[in-house]
Amino acid sequence: MELFNIFIKAAFIENLVLAYFLGMCSYLAVSKTVTTAFGLGLAVIFVLGITMPINWLISELLLSENGIFGMDLTFLRFILFIAVIASMVQLVEMIVEKVSPALYTSLGIFLPLITVNCAILGGSLFMVAREYNFTESIAFGLGGGFGWFLAIIAIAAIREKIRYSNVPPALRGLGMAFILTGLMGIAFMSLMGIDPSALMAGK
Amino acid sequence: MAETTATTPEVTVKETEPLFGKAEKKLLLDPLGDTNPITIQVLGICSALAVTSLVYPSVVMAIAVIFVCGFSSLFTSLVRNKIPKQVRMIVQLVIIATLVTIVELTLKRFNYPIYKQLSVYIGLIITNCIVMGRLEAYAMANRPWRAFVDGLGNGVGYGVILIMVAVIREIFGKGTLFAGSPIQINIIGASNDEVGYLINTAAESGIGSLFAGYYNNNLMVLPAAAMFIIGIFIWIQRSYRPTLVDVS
Repeated sequence: MELFNIFIKAAFIENLVLAYFLGMCSYLAVSKTVTTAFGLGLAVIFVLGITMPINWLISELLLSENGIFGMDLTFLRFILFIAVIASMVQLVEMIVEKVSPALYTSLGIFLPLITVNCAILGGSLFMVAREYNFTESIAFGLGGGFGWFLAIIAIAAIREKIRYSNVPPALRGLGMAFILTGLMGIAFMSLMGIDPSALMAGK
Repeated sequence: MAETTATTPEVTVKETEPLFGKAEKKLLLDPLGDTNPITIQVLGICSALAVTSLVYPSVVMAIAVIFVCGFSSLFTSLVRNKIPKQVRMIVQLVIIATLVTIVELTLKRFNYPIYKQLSVYIGLIITNCIVMGRLEAYAMANRPWRAFVDGLGNGVGYGVILIMVAVIREIFGKGTLFAGSPIQINIIGASNDEVGYLINTAAESGIGSLFAGYYNNNLMVLPAAAMFIIGIFIWIQRSYRPTLVDVS
């Protein structure tokens, strides 16, 4: 139940995009149509779900004082985390290219860009800061990825519709996307009071 | 004026370009306006908007980004001819990650409260798209000095927006400026015995009575406020420069 709690919290209440502004660059750049947003969202869920447990293992087994080397190597954390993420993204890219060439061409440049998607590295750093254990880190990764997926689908759908509205010219496109994201952030904040564990206990 | 311009130049033979000529000035100043990293290029929004609720952490963050952006451009440009094309992303990331680690450790040593407050956002400078973006777009193809100036310029352009957002959010959200730093200023709100709010003290002289019943705006403390403010910045900037308007 604790895991479910973490998943819900990561996906809705502490949404990586709408509460922490992580992964904003690709979120704004790729949210023009729902189809590409969908593909990128799935890729982010996948990469977050994989890198989170791997980075957990690295920080526990290699970098912590109780690890293999028996000394505090946390200053290497950034370099190792980003290397894991970059190689995982490379792996995902190769798999997608083999399995579904259509999706690969539609995602194009955005697939390698997941490396510099702050949501991925941010997720790993949050995981360390909040001291999750191994299974919790998987739940947090999947939840965070799902939240990111949800946010980008929602903004893409709104941006597709808003093309038919009469927005002031200077605000069109980017400016409107910012303001929409702010409004969505406020909407998601209404979920803040929810305590999933209390809900479960009530059942 | 005319005399000085006539006498001074072309005395030395212009073999090499000046250290800080027109091109460098353009590189340094363009990111403040026409090619601003945040409002025009839309890069680097990720890691820092959450820190803009207070000015002091934003200033620290801006300095950190300027440092990382400038020096990563410099170092990447120095080794640019030795990097194989296939692994250039990894090389760039290692350079950036090393610089960010330096920043993190320095901050941890000299200003622990701010280090705690910024927490993961210092680490997230690594994935700040503006650093990576400048490396790819400029430093990989240009000489070290220019790359360094370009990196600095973009860092400053980023920092300026960051601090502007933070000033608005802190004044209206908390009624203070530079809270947490040694030079905290209290501006709006109920009077405070320790420092005394500027406007309430001014109320007796008539200026501040305008703000007498003002309460802090809690919306400004929410992360969403940063989005609105940047949206409005973009709106203003594009109203003045119609060429920048998004056609889509």
